[in-house]
Amino acid sequence: MSPFSRRQFLRSAGALAALGAVPGFLGRALAAAGEGTGKSLVLVFLRGGADGLSIVPPVGDPDYRAARPSIALGPPGREGGALRLDGVFGLHPALAPLLPLWREGTLGIVHAAGLPGATRSHFDAQDFCESGTPGTKATADGWLNRAVQRATGSDGAFRVVALQPTLPRLLVGDAPAVAMSSLGQFRLPGGAGGSNAFDALYTQAVDTALRTTGIETFEALREAGSAKLGQLPPANGAEYGPAPIARRLQDVARLIRSGVGLQVAVTDMGGWDTHVGEGAEKGQLAARLGDLGGALAAFARDLGARWGDTRVVVMTEFGRTARENGNRGTDHGTASVMFVLGGGVRGGRVTGGYRGLGKAQLFEERDLAIGTDVRAVLWEATRAQLGVRDASAVFPGFTPGNTVLG
Amino acid sequence: MRLALPALVVLLGCATASPGGAPARVDPAPPPAAPLTLPPVPWSAEDQAVHVLERLAYGPSPRDFRDVQQMGAGAWIAWQLRPGDIDDAAVERRLADFPSLRMSTRELLSEYPRAKKVAELTGVLNPFQLPRQVGAELVAARLIRATESRRQLQETLVDFWFNHFNVSADKGAVRWLVSPYERDAIRPHLFGTFRELLGAVAHDPAMLFYLDNWASTREGFSAPKKGKLGLNENYARELLELHTLGVDGGYTQADVREVARCFTGWGIRKPNEEGTFEFHPLAHDRGAKVVLGLHIPAGGGMEDGERILDLLAAHPATAHHIARKLAQKFVMDSPTPALVKHVAQVYLRTGGDLTATYRALFESPEFWSDAARASKVKTPLEFTVSAVRALGGTTAGDVPMVQALGRMGQPPYRAQPPTGWPELAQPWINPGALVARIDFGLKLASGRITGTEVPLPSMDGPPEQVVDRTARAILHRPLGDQTRGTVLAALGASEVMPDGEHRPLDGPKLVGLLLGSPEFQNQ
Repeated sequence: MSPFSRRQFLRSAGALAALGAVPGFLGRALAAAGEGTGKSLVLVFLRGGADGLSIVPPVGDPDYRAARPSIALGPPGREGGALRLDGVFGLHPALAPLLPLWREGTLGIVHAAGLPGATRSHFDAQDFCESGTPGTKATADGWLNRAVQRATGSDGAFRVVALQPTLPRLLVGDAPAVAMSSLGQFRLPGGAGGSNAFDALYTQAVDTALRTTGIETFEALREAGSAKLGQLPPANGAEYGPAPIARRLQDVARLIRSGVGLQVAVTDMGGWDTHVGEGAEKGQLAARLGDLGGALAAFARDLGARWGDTRVVVMTEFGRTARENGNRGTDHGTASVMFVLGGGVRGGRVTGGYRGLGKAQLFEERDLAIGTDVRAVLWEATRAQLGVRDASAVFPGFTPGNTVLG
Repeated sequence: MRLALPALVVLLGCATASPGGAPARVDPAPPPAAPLTLPPVPWSAEDQAVHVLERLAYGPSPRDFRDVQQMGAGAWIAWQLRPGDIDDAAVERRLADFPSLRMSTRELLSEYPRAKKVAELTGVLNPFQLPRQVGAELVAARLIRATESRRQLQETLVDFWFNHFNVSADKGAVRWLVSPYERDAIRPHLFGTFRELLGAVAHDPAMLFYLDNWASTREGFSAPKKGKLGLNENYARELLELHTLGVDGGYTQADVREVARCFTGWGIRKPNEEGTFEFHPLAHDRGAKVVLGLHIPAGGGMEDGERILDLLAAHPATAHHIARKLAQKFVMDSPTPALVKHVAQVYLRTGGDLTATYRALFESPEFWSDAARASKVKTPLEFTVSAVRALGGTTAGDVPMVQALGRMGQPPYRAQPPTGWPELAQPWINPGALVARIDFGLKLASGRITGTEVPLPSMDGPPEQVVDRTARAILHRPLGDQTRGTVLAALGASEVMPDGEHRPLDGPKLVGLLLGSPEFQNQ
């Protein structure tokens, strides 16, 4: 099965045409574009450095409360306390909508995940999480784009979608990807007739980026318009709230349920940079978590039978300091928490190599130390959903070890 | 109704100090003393004018296109480098409609209090007294200035430097601080030294709040009613990484911490009432510090921070970082190392004189190279404003324009991260944004962006001629044969009516096609 899709061919053809030759193997690849596996990978990026120690608080760690006198969550059973997960960890009470998934085993938690070569800059840390090459800034493409280039899969315009206004760094590269604020806004006035002229204009564009993006755009518009994708109501009684993350995940569910060949969806959520007044069971962080938990729970429910083909990974660029700062918040740290949800996940457990908050266990005496490389979790999900085998092509310099959540 | 008196007084005060009150001149003023030394440019005067307006302005408008050609590109640039010489009274009159632009933070806090407070006080909610009105007026003013101001370089520089020193109006109290921030910290310092600009930003409550420095204190400090506070590194880190040295500028985590210690005590006076800068000596860390090898002795007080700003503004890494960003904005996405080096040298030689630094860019052969022409993709702001300008239109800068910008991924003043909006092409070109751009062009041309009005060019004449003439006026480049054919076909130009005459061309459709075309996305 060829790793090239027709649309990738279109994108590559511009560059190759400039060299005066289109090799025959691309033409053959064009004819041999594969069938979809039916599996989807959904990545939710929490931008700003989400505080893993409040999201999945180590309430059983004797050093936890002392490190965070005003923002620690109470023990399970106490009013406003954490929800019990195991002997050490609790779940932030605002994430209660996720408990059913935890109990049925389709939610697994990796605690103390981080990228080695710690940087506490949002900009650098997000860049490394997205390029997949920590420490190397010159990487031009994103790791998820490299993975898609090597995956067999559908050839639809909605194979790779970012539900956010601009294409995130992790999807930059040779494989085509669509970015949009929402499905409902993805249309042109005047219907098909109106689009045709623009379609022709962009097919003729001199600027390569505009030409390839144009071709992808009009293909996607035709597909979205004929299927009325943006109007599909939720199934199984799922109720999405008004939060932007809920709207975005609802659109991802629409794409999965309507069978347009979605393989990868990415979205993000801001507001996690809680330097001041982070809050405990209520407050700033709790509000964000309420939005996130509600959206994920509705998404799982909406997908119904397709939940088993879907895997969601929730990640952030870094964790936050073990101790709270002078403003009842936390500063940029190192390791945080990741959620993996969906089919094939051996969930219902917290794994990842959490070492503790004692002075000796902390990284540089201030941050939760890394127990699991973020790339191990991302690679496991990518391999499972996209069928990619070559880890070094997706994450150069990274060697996968033991399974994390199966 | 709010009393108009304070606004009026401020306006009159302005009129005596700025050329805004001078009698309106029909023609541009004669060029100032130091015209630019341009390298040999083998382009026509028209092409030069287009390129200059696609870099130093929000694209060509009929008025500015005429001005550049009349004055010559070099003289027009020199004129733009001294915006005080440019009569902009027409735009200033329009901004008189926005009282919040002229208020201090104290006035803004009392005139536009939180909705809850208003309801408590009066029992009625006047929508024009809500805090969101402050943001609406600021956005409208920015869009009006970008579209209509004659001080076009000033407006592109406001965009550049606000973005360089980004604060987001979405972060809490910034909504009351952002108007004074742009007015007092950014606008007055665009053509001075970088140190002056950096210093104004460092003292500004908007930045102190956005990057949390107002709440950063020496370790172990306790404040009444607030309890124990402590060091917050956020501002120090972004000061080094984004504002000055750049991410590869050679500093360490230890430097970040030391810089944060230097700025402890730089705070905000009565944040809920006054919102002005105030140094809090008790919160300041009085110990000695070492930053990038520089020893800062104990007991320096507020001067610690000033010394850091001196050090950073004069640092070669800062010169390189600023030169590279300016070259990306004004020349091309991947500027040559030689250009960056040259501009950085001018920056260092002139003590960070920004006017000299811009001038070095505009006089460089790279600026006038074929590789630079139409090489950049417009940001959504550049695209929308240049579309209105291309048609010689005007905007109220109100909700429909702002919504369109949001759909394209650039809601004004709401870039969340301290990095601001991306300057390079890649993040702006994707199917969702492209659809939003095409949609905007069609709506604008058919008069459906309420509050923004564009006169449509005449459709009189044979179809081929009309298409060529309109394309030339909007794109300033001849259409390729294939594109021309596509446009004519889409307009049904070959259809002939029963009397043998050609059907008149659909003006809004033609203009919409041109604004949404790939050619109009580049500058």
